[in-house]
Amino acid sequence: MNETSPKFRSVTLRVWRQPGPGAAGRFVEYKAANLNRDMSFLEMLDVVNDGLAMKGEEPIAFAHDCREGICGTCSLVIDGKPHGPHRGVASCQTYMRSFEDGAVITVEPYRVRAFPVVKDLITDRSAFDRIQQAGGFITARTGSAPEANAVPVAKDDAELAMDAAQCIGCGACAAACKNASAMLFVAAKVSHLGLLPQGQAERDRRVLAMVETMDGLGFGGCTNQYECSAACPKLISHDFIARLNRDYLGASIRSSFRQEPQKSEE
Amino acid sequence: MAQLDSRIPSGPLADKWRRHKTEMRLVNPANKRKYEVIVVGAGLAGASASASLAEMGYKVSNFVFHDSPRRAHSIAAQGGINAAKNYQNDGDSVYRLFYDTIKGGDYRSREANVHRLAEVSANIIDQCVAQGVPFAREYGGLLANRSFGGAQVSRTFYARGQTGQQLLLGAYSALSRAAGAGQVQLHTQSEMLDLVVVDGQAKGIVARNLVTGAISRHSADAVVLATGGYGNVFNLSTYARGSNATAIWRAYKRGACFANPCFTQIHPTCIPVTGDYQSKLTLMSESLRNDGRIWVPKRSEDRGLPAGSIAEDARDYYLERMYPAFGNLCPRDVASRAAKRVCDEGRGVGESGLGVYLDFSEAIGRLGEAGVRERYGNLFDIYREITDENAYKTPMRIFPAVHYTMGGLWVDYNLMSNVPGLFVLGEANFSDHGANRLGASALMQGLADGYFVIPYTISDYLAGQKPGSRPRVDAPEFARAAEFVAGRTDRLLAVNGAAPVSHFHKRLGAILWTHCGMARTRAGLEQALREIPALREEYWTPGKGVKVPGSAATLNQSLEQAGRVADFLELGELLCRDALAREESCGGHFREEHQYPDGECRRDDANFAHVAAWEYQGDDRAPLRNTEPLNYEFVKMSVRNYK
Repeated sequence: MNETSPKFRSVTLRVWRQPGPGAAGRFVEYKAANLNRDMSFLEMLDVVNDGLAMKGEEPIAFAHDCREGICGTCSLVIDGKPHGPHRGVASCQTYMRSFEDGAVITVEPYRVRAFPVVKDLITDRSAFDRIQQAGGFITARTGSAPEANAVPVAKDDAELAMDAAQCIGCGACAAACKNASAMLFVAAKVSHLGLLPQGQAERDRRVLAMVETMDGLGFGGCTNQYECSAACPKLISHDFIARLNRDYLGASIRSSFRQEPQKSEE
Repeated sequence: MAQLDSRIPSGPLADKWRRHKTEMRLVNPANKRKYEVIVVGAGLAGASASASLAEMGYKVSNFVFHDSPRRAHSIAAQGGINAAKNYQNDGDSVYRLFYDTIKGGDYRSREANVHRLAEVSANIIDQCVAQGVPFAREYGGLLANRSFGGAQVSRTFYARGQTGQQLLLGAYSALSRAAGAGQVQLHTQSEMLDLVVVDGQAKGIVARNLVTGAISRHSADAVVLATGGYGNVFNLSTYARGSNATAIWRAYKRGACFANPCFTQIHPTCIPVTGDYQSKLTLMSESLRNDGRIWVPKRSEDRGLPAGSIAEDARDYYLERMYPAFGNLCPRDVASRAAKRVCDEGRGVGESGLGVYLDFSEAIGRLGEAGVRERYGNLFDIYREITDENAYKTPMRIFPAVHYTMGGLWVDYNLMSNVPGLFVLGEANFSDHGANRLGASALMQGLADGYFVIPYTISDYLAGQKPGSRPRVDAPEFARAAEFVAGRTDRLLAVNGAAPVSHFHKRLGAILWTHCGMARTRAGLEQALREIPALREEYWTPGKGVKVPGSAATLNQSLEQAGRVADFLELGELLCRDALAREESCGGHFREEHQYPDGECRRDDANFAHVAAWEYQGDDRAPLRNTEPLNYEFVKMSVRNYK
């Protein structure tokens, strides 16, 4: 980071404003002055919004919550990059010191067919929830769990599962992909659960159901450009996509040969 | 006056829960689907409760203001979750976890509730592992533990620095499974704005759809609030920006008692404030205190010097000096107050003078930089992102910040409030942490309540309700609540005042932080009790108060925030009232008038060994202070000593 840059700076924002789903949107310019270099990008938007509110204009709607990079709510495309210029951080962890004094900054919502714009910079990412509901779980009824240390898990497997499990569900992977593919998201979920012994019973069913749901929701296919992992705030590796493909292929083959259990007569 | 019957089962401490479970009534499996339960919130407590109740066969509706249940703020918990597994063979037991929690809470929690929490802690780990939570493991494949936040045993389970995230994703996956199977109806981006009480029982809620602005009524046989804590009343805190008290506050105004509101936790290791634009404070996990050493310069004139140029003998490692037995690992309230004290003495570091050093040079010498990176790398990265400083080279600067609220809605042993049918779980209730919460105990309580307590206790309540007896949403009570909600929204828009919501929130936060923060005095609290009502009046004064642009019929984030801050302006007053009435110091509640000569908390067990449960009496009347005595049958109340 630039140690010599001045403490305060002024920038011009070009912000996508869209009143509602399906409405026409456009870029609107705003000036933001006297910004402390240690201010976060979202705090800068707070200041701009307070100014707009006092002028009686509608503030810029943007999604945010924890502001520490873990909840996955924030979802800005800053100068064409989901979550802005730095690798491995979410929009809320982007600071004004990353921008030159006088910079013109373009701020847009995700552009993904399966994530329609709700308002301004907010998109509807419930498609991810629907993928999860299709199979992103290990069925373990409350109260039915065996003693936790009954099943050892090799440390390397646990670590790899944790690498995948870090996904914050922000959707930047789909936003960064020219095909708007959700493969990295699904790969992370499938790998996390599939790497653990607890996840084996539902492994085939899970990958088939999640991929089918993903495809049905209008996400595109993966063409291995890896923009997804470059944009991922948790730097989840695209290697998991290979694992997903392997799991999917195996499950498809097994399911085509599997004999359905006979249904007993009621 | 509210009837506060804690309904603690009789008998030996260790048998209470086991016996109570066998004595509670059950609901016939065929009848379960005839009962509808509303759960508000989808953090650890809300998601685990929703999933568990749905698996049992109840019809569950879950409401969250987030766009996905996975985003609830439990996700941000870093350090870990306690459980009395004794995997490390270091002498841990249910009793020891119970005792540590009681003592850590400075003897202001209920023995029976805390013992139950310790009992079910082991089940939580089993449940989470079965769901696929990737806890840290040893090379042999078994679960790893660490010691955490003032415990002398290693009983904390963790998933890197993201334990809350992984536990929440586990609960969320169970909730998702139930939602996919049609057992739970998810209402995302829906904010509960009122509780509906019919014939004295909680029978539904009124919610606002945050995208369309539509106000809807929902009827149920029981209502469960799992909406988290109210720390954002201070404006600056480690909470998510959206965290709010509205659901519990509206329940309070419908008759639920609010217990111990002044019991708030100030966490010692957060990144200091840099400017007035600041929207939140970021926690540095207290696991850092396992290897970091906390110090300030001995002389105030040294505080402007670079840390590295201050000689070893010119440094004051004040926690190690004051608390040699626990040192840097003493409990949060103790560590926070000590930091305040050295800063008040003019020895604080950083531009504002409100900071102390957390220094890893000794640990780097011992473990090497790589060793420190392996343990804490992600935290050092977070620190660098926020401050632009490299903590491997210069010590971190930290300062206490509001982190958790032990107070909350009053509940009995069954987690039911004094309004029958209204259950309150997790941080939203008051029951388990007394006046101070120990590290890694919040996740434990949220999941204990949701997975292992509410499934039993709600059935006991529902068994007494006739199936199909819940009121229709056109009942007059629903109409009145919906009218109130719409009217209040219109009023907020009509103020058309002179300053944005954030302006008022900052002013409220400053009053509370100054007068009801780490140290409280009678004069300060009385001043706050004059300033807050005046600020609230200004807030609502047309032309002068809050300015909320836009309309109620669309997504309007200013309007959402304005409603929440309006509630904080009322709750803030109750905090100060409670702090003023509690003429003692205990845990996170430190009244300067009540301290020992060495500056430690002086409890008054003769007069204040009780829960203060405030009962709403109307906007123009002071609330009533009810008390529930805390009868310690098994543990002897003693002076907390970490020296």
